[in-house]
Amino acid sequence: MAIETKPSSAVRRVALEPAADDGARALVERREPERPAGARVVRMLVHRGTAQEGGAFAEYEVPVEEGMVVLDALHWIQANVAPDLAVRWNCKAAKCGSCSAEVNGRPSLTCKTRLGAFAPDETITVEPMRTFPLIKDLVTDVSWNYEVNKQIVPFSPPEGAPQSAWRWQQEDIDRGQEFRKCIECFLCQDVCHVLRNHEIQSPFMGPRFLVRVAALEMHPLDRADRLEHLRGEGGIGYCNITKCCTDVCPEHIKITDNAIIPLKERVADESFDPLQIAWRRLTGRGKGRGSRKAERKGDGTTGRAEKPG
Amino acid sequence: MRSFLETHPHDVLVIGAGGAGLRAAIEAAEQGASVGLVCKSLLGKAHTVMAEGGVAAALANVAPDDSWETHFRDTMVGGKMLNNWRMALLHARESPERVRELERWGALFDRTRDGRILQRPFGGHTHPRLAHVGDRTGLEMIRTLQDRFVTTGQAVYMECTITRLLTSDGRVSGAMGYWRTTGQPVVFPAKAVILATGGVGRGYRVTSNSWEYSGDGHALAYEVGAELIDMEFVQFHPTGMVWPPGVRGLLVTEGVRGEGGVLKNALGERFMWKYLPEDRRHEYAENEDEARRWVEALSAGKLTDARQPPELSTRDNVSRAIYTEVREGRGSPHGGVFLDISYLPAERVKRKLPSMYDQFESLAGVDITKGPMEVGPTTHYIMGGVRVDADTAVSTQPGLYAAGEVAGGMHGANRLGGNSLSDLLVFGMRAGAAAAAFARAEAAIADADPDQLEVELVNLAAPFRRPDGESPYHLQAELQETMQSLVGIYRAAEDLEEAIRRIADLRWRWSRCRVSGDRTYNPGWDLVFELRNLLTISEAIARSALQRPESRGAHSRLDHPDADAEWGRLNSVVSRGEEGMRVTTSPVPEMPELLREIISVRAKAAA
Repeated sequence: MAIETKPSSAVRRVALEPAADDGARALVERREPERPAGARVVRMLVHRGTAQEGGAFAEYEVPVEEGMVVLDALHWIQANVAPDLAVRWNCKAAKCGSCSAEVNGRPSLTCKTRLGAFAPDETITVEPMRTFPLIKDLVTDVSWNYEVNKQIVPFSPPEGAPQSAWRWQQEDIDRGQEFRKCIECFLCQDVCHVLRNHEIQSPFMGPRFLVRVAALEMHPLDRADRLEHLRGEGGIGYCNITKCCTDVCPEHIKITDNAIIPLKERVADESFDPLQIAWRRLTGRGKGRGSRKAERKGDGTTGRAEKPG
Repeated sequence: MRSFLETHPHDVLVIGAGGAGLRAAIEAAEQGASVGLVCKSLLGKAHTVMAEGGVAAALANVAPDDSWETHFRDTMVGGKMLNNWRMALLHARESPERVRELERWGALFDRTRDGRILQRPFGGHTHPRLAHVGDRTGLEMIRTLQDRFVTTGQAVYMECTITRLLTSDGRVSGAMGYWRTTGQPVVFPAKAVILATGGVGRGYRVTSNSWEYSGDGHALAYEVGAELIDMEFVQFHPTGMVWPPGVRGLLVTEGVRGEGGVLKNALGERFMWKYLPEDRRHEYAENEDEARRWVEALSAGKLTDARQPPELSTRDNVSRAIYTEVREGRGSPHGGVFLDISYLPAERVKRKLPSMYDQFESLAGVDITKGPMEVGPTTHYIMGGVRVDADTAVSTQPGLYAAGEVAGGMHGANRLGGNSLSDLLVFGMRAGAAAAAFARAEAAIADADPDQLEVELVNLAAPFRRPDGESPYHLQAELQETMQSLVGIYRAAEDLEEAIRRIADLRWRWSRCRVSGDRTYNPGWDLVFELRNLLTISEAIARSALQRPESRGAHSRLDHPDADAEWGRLNSVVSRGEEGMRVTTSPVPEMPELLREIISVRAKAAA
């Protein structure tokens, strides 16, 4: 890696010239027709570097075409100046959630952020998501999310129920479908101050997985009980509903209002409502199957082993 | 040699984690095999997430008359009878159960008024047949399959590129590649390998495909001697975005037309009536009034005797129509035509096509509930692929299986919309089951051959060692321009010969290309290997297109504008020969009389 580097703990320094000899060599190689004369040019500062070697910003001037998005500009840099610029992307259609980064400080999908949204003379700064460990340039290690996901009890329908009877109205699943729009871009995880300001190992699953749990809990036929997990390892209590996650969600999922708050209410009912506690003691029904949820779903046979309690 | 390399042995190795790969991996795991699932991206990002309109299955929830027989007939007729009939049969019969299975695994499909899975009309399907979730069906499918696969506890290798299949004793016995994040090599010895790598769209300039679609599985199979069939049949989806330039080619779901979207040229003419093939004209509405009645009934969830609008003709036909309108000077300002759904209530458009609404609003500044979209053809899908056995998905090489877009035969000369999502479920499952059974019968996982590993290590290092050479990005841009201009919707012998010459030149220059930086997450280096695959596949497409002197389905020859009955009985076959690529033909598998009758009876009934 030939670019100017600093230890990652240091304040990131802006390199005013693309000091990298890689970059300089590539600049010489660049073909002129790629940058039509008179085209508007945007100035970009892009984070370069790895976790081991530290990072710095490199400056690039990118010719602007109408309708261009930040990811297009990054691709132009790859094709013409810095072929090894690491960018994670797939569909370039805001459907896969791969190209997440922080653009002028805001967690964004780079494929959906148009250059036209910035003032013509504004410098556009692109950084990796800060909540996750850096791999290189704009790419971070998001594998922690996949581990958190594995801990969630999967969809658990009643066993043996004939599927021909699986009928429900569109309204019954509207909310579940809203949650299942999630493209796992992890921007909500990135912006969430619980994850961003604390160690990522803290017992908090983050907005993305609260949304997944909400989708499962609100499925008309799901019988599992995830409230204990939410309260414990899920760490739902850490969320203090600042709604930053909702604000950055590219799928416009109302994460806080529609997913997290209802889950918090259920956890509170289950754990702290004296009437429910008294009812459970009287009837001797355990937390798992005696909960409101099993009643709401109208059938005590959860198909899961009853938890002691 | 081997002891120095990171090695992960499995009974079954699945390459690709889109719908087909995930479904195959689930099946193999459930049958007791140890499974390794390798993907170039993060899990859940594969191209299947981009599928929008729906999954085709004759559930008969909306049209009680629908049946597997009609689905089979639609698929064969849409594929111009070049399909492998056995694949089309299995697909039509098994897809309803594969869709219901997804629901059992947690998928939430849109509902009919009586609470069942809702189905939407699509081009070439006689009845409303596509189970869907608004316009993000692929995301729902991949998330459902991903969650299901995670419960099996089997291994996933994310951001890992496979560059070579390993062989021993005349069969495929694993694969080798490298981690994209570190660049370090990795070896996967296996009893059976399933290719589920998707398509080839990145060989074209205008495409709806993501960067991952570089024909990896097609090329890996070709390199170890497996046969590819029908490679000339590349589907150009009629409706991609044409403006702004950065999103040119981005898919506009056929669901827009399925919900009633109307195509018009710059003169305001609804031109699709002009282009309906005479033998199928009777299946479409006769005039605007009938088409409107059909849309009204659809919106109200009612049955109607009105026939579907002409916009729902098959994709090959609609693409040629749009291309012709633009070429003859009746195009929109940015070189497409207009697709209009704004005459429907805004609320309905937003509910049924939410991501289209969002896509046009955020990327083009167009409100599709208020005005038309500008659309034009975009490279979307390859019907051709690895030649497989219909029942087991095994290729012509023992130990090697293929499912989903990388496999050929199912769709013939033209794929119907919605048939790929069902294809990948049906044949993903079959490939997983067959590979697991094959693995059970094998005594042990063969050790990787050190010589093969050595060769590949040298190949991986080579692009860094060249003092100078061209950038792979520039070579890819040239290849894309070549394929776009010379091997596009309309083809001619002269152009195809020129394309083959240019591809040979590009291949020579590729062998000298150079990359800078190091191995850590280096996209320039990644592109070198993807480009190698794209060059092989582009040559296969061009040579197969040159061999077929007729126009059929998605393959249109300016110098041979008509279908030729003789060629209608031949699949094209590409294989690796002693002196380069061999292109031949093989007879289309003979269909049993009973199925022939189904096709002719249904055709008459429709008339």
